[in-house]
Amino acid sequence: MTSTVKLMRTVFADTVIDALDLDPRLAVVTADISATAFDEARARHPDRVINLGIREQAMISVAGGLALTGMLPVVHSYTPFLVERPFEQIKLDLGHQDVGAVLVSIGGSYDEPAVGRTHQSPADVALLDALPGWTIHVPGHPDEVEPLLRDALAGEGRVYLRLSARENEAAYPAGGTFTAVRTGRDAVVLAVGPTLDQVLDATSTLDVTVLYANTVRPFDHAGLRAAVAASSPNVVLVEPYLAGTSAHEVADALADVPHRLRSLGVRRDMEVRAYGTAAEHDAVHGLDAAGIAAAVRQAIS
Amino acid sequence: MQDLAGLFERATGDEKHEWAAASTLDVLWVLYDRVLNIRPDNVDDPDRDRFLLSKGHGPMAYYAVLAAKGFFAPETLDDWATFGSPLGRHPDRVLVPGVEISSGSLGHGLGLGVGTALGLRAQGRTARTVVLVGDGELDEGSNQEAIALAGRFGLDRLTVVAIDNDSASHGWPGGIARRFAVEDWATETVDGRDHDALHRALAAEHPGRPAVVVATVEKKEL
Repeated sequence: MTSTVKLMRTVFADTVIDALDLDPRLAVVTADISATAFDEARARHPDRVINLGIREQAMISVAGGLALTGMLPVVHSYTPFLVERPFEQIKLDLGHQDVGAVLVSIGGSYDEPAVGRTHQSPADVALLDALPGWTIHVPGHPDEVEPLLRDALAGEGRVYLRLSARENEAAYPAGGTFTAVRTGRDAVVLAVGPTLDQVLDATSTLDVTVLYANTVRPFDHAGLRAAVAASSPNVVLVEPYLAGTSAHEVADALADVPHRLRSLGVRRDMEVRAYGTAAEHDAVHGLDAAGIAAAVRQAIS
Repeated sequence: MQDLAGLFERATGDEKHEWAAASTLDVLWVLYDRVLNIRPDNVDDPDRDRFLLSKGHGPMAYYAVLAAKGFFAPETLDDWATFGSPLGRHPDRVLVPGVEISSGSLGHGLGLGVGTALGLRAQGRTARTVVLVGDGELDEGSNQEAIALAGRFGLDRLTVVAIDNDSASHGWPGGIARRFAVEDWATETVDGRDHDALHRALAAEHPGRPAVVVATVEKKEL
């Protein structure tokens, strides 16, 4: 794929604005964050591009109500205000009502550590994973955003698209299956979304397979099994959110295969009370190249 | 209406929310008998009116009205809340024809109602959306988000009927209606047992703004 200079957030807005003109089923619901990105679209579709002010519980409930009338709402905010604050609304006003919606977050786990814990949401994927029926995409490059989003907009399911300011050098296909970026004999390292470049850096001198995922629910069990069969049952899972979020999926995929699993991700045992940069936080969580390399070496030792 | 007593009895027993259910009985009957365009044969019609029981507690009265109006067979009430029954102590829209929302946790129906009214408006439909809440339920802060939005968006096809049986722990000094009036809702407070008064209030048009009908009933007995 060709590279683009757009941020994931910009690709999201452009794609949705374009789709709004073509599909009268679509609606956009915001709670001030990014609302100005949709000003022109709101002028064209005032009944379907709805900014609610700073009201995140209503944001999800209104989306549920729109969906009950047959529309597909696209709901957008910063990660903690989209997933954590209105979590019961997500459970009940979308899931329990059995309606579809596309939730699109920005901010990742700690895209902007300088703004502190209130704007960090490393548990978002684990929370949605606790509810049935969610498709979860974690793109690692802006060019992956449009195909993932267009697929979601064409459906009627519950989809979470986790956008980040952090991104890889290259984009990979967005077809729901894992992509083998590199093959080797000693381990299978599964890199999710924007962790890929650090995984490639960390494993550049190692003889390991590197799989890349930009869709984690559903989890490509067959892809992981095939990679393990061709390589080694030493698995290292590298996720840009809460450590071990997909460990149960790996266990299910390899239920009949003796294997070892090391799960890297945002630490569960501490709250990092520090500001600074995302790179500095990567180092705390062992998600920098050095931390990943150490974990992979340990896994294959 | 006379049929309801028998239908209600089929489902009652030691139900701890019995009084809450009874508080809604007259409002529900007037809505389904005289106000709303909802029948068993139009439950999938996109232009049907929507009734959202936000206060999902004590649904026996709701079930009795739905059974009386033919949405499901009365014998369905006999084994409600058992494993194989579609009728639970809180309703599930996936299991019961005619039930518009699954409810039980308080403070969700009004937001869903605002979204429903916005969706219908976006599609150019004039169907009404009526949301039933309880006075205790209004304690939930989520309602305040929805009340403000409905007023600012001028949702004149949205009506909230608030059953006031004085069950909110800290009360609503000065009444419920003024909490809506400050957000530019049309308001009316009526006797929740007076069918003609309820009919008049619930059927009234309120151009340019949403309406709340506060239906006052006897205080909840604990």
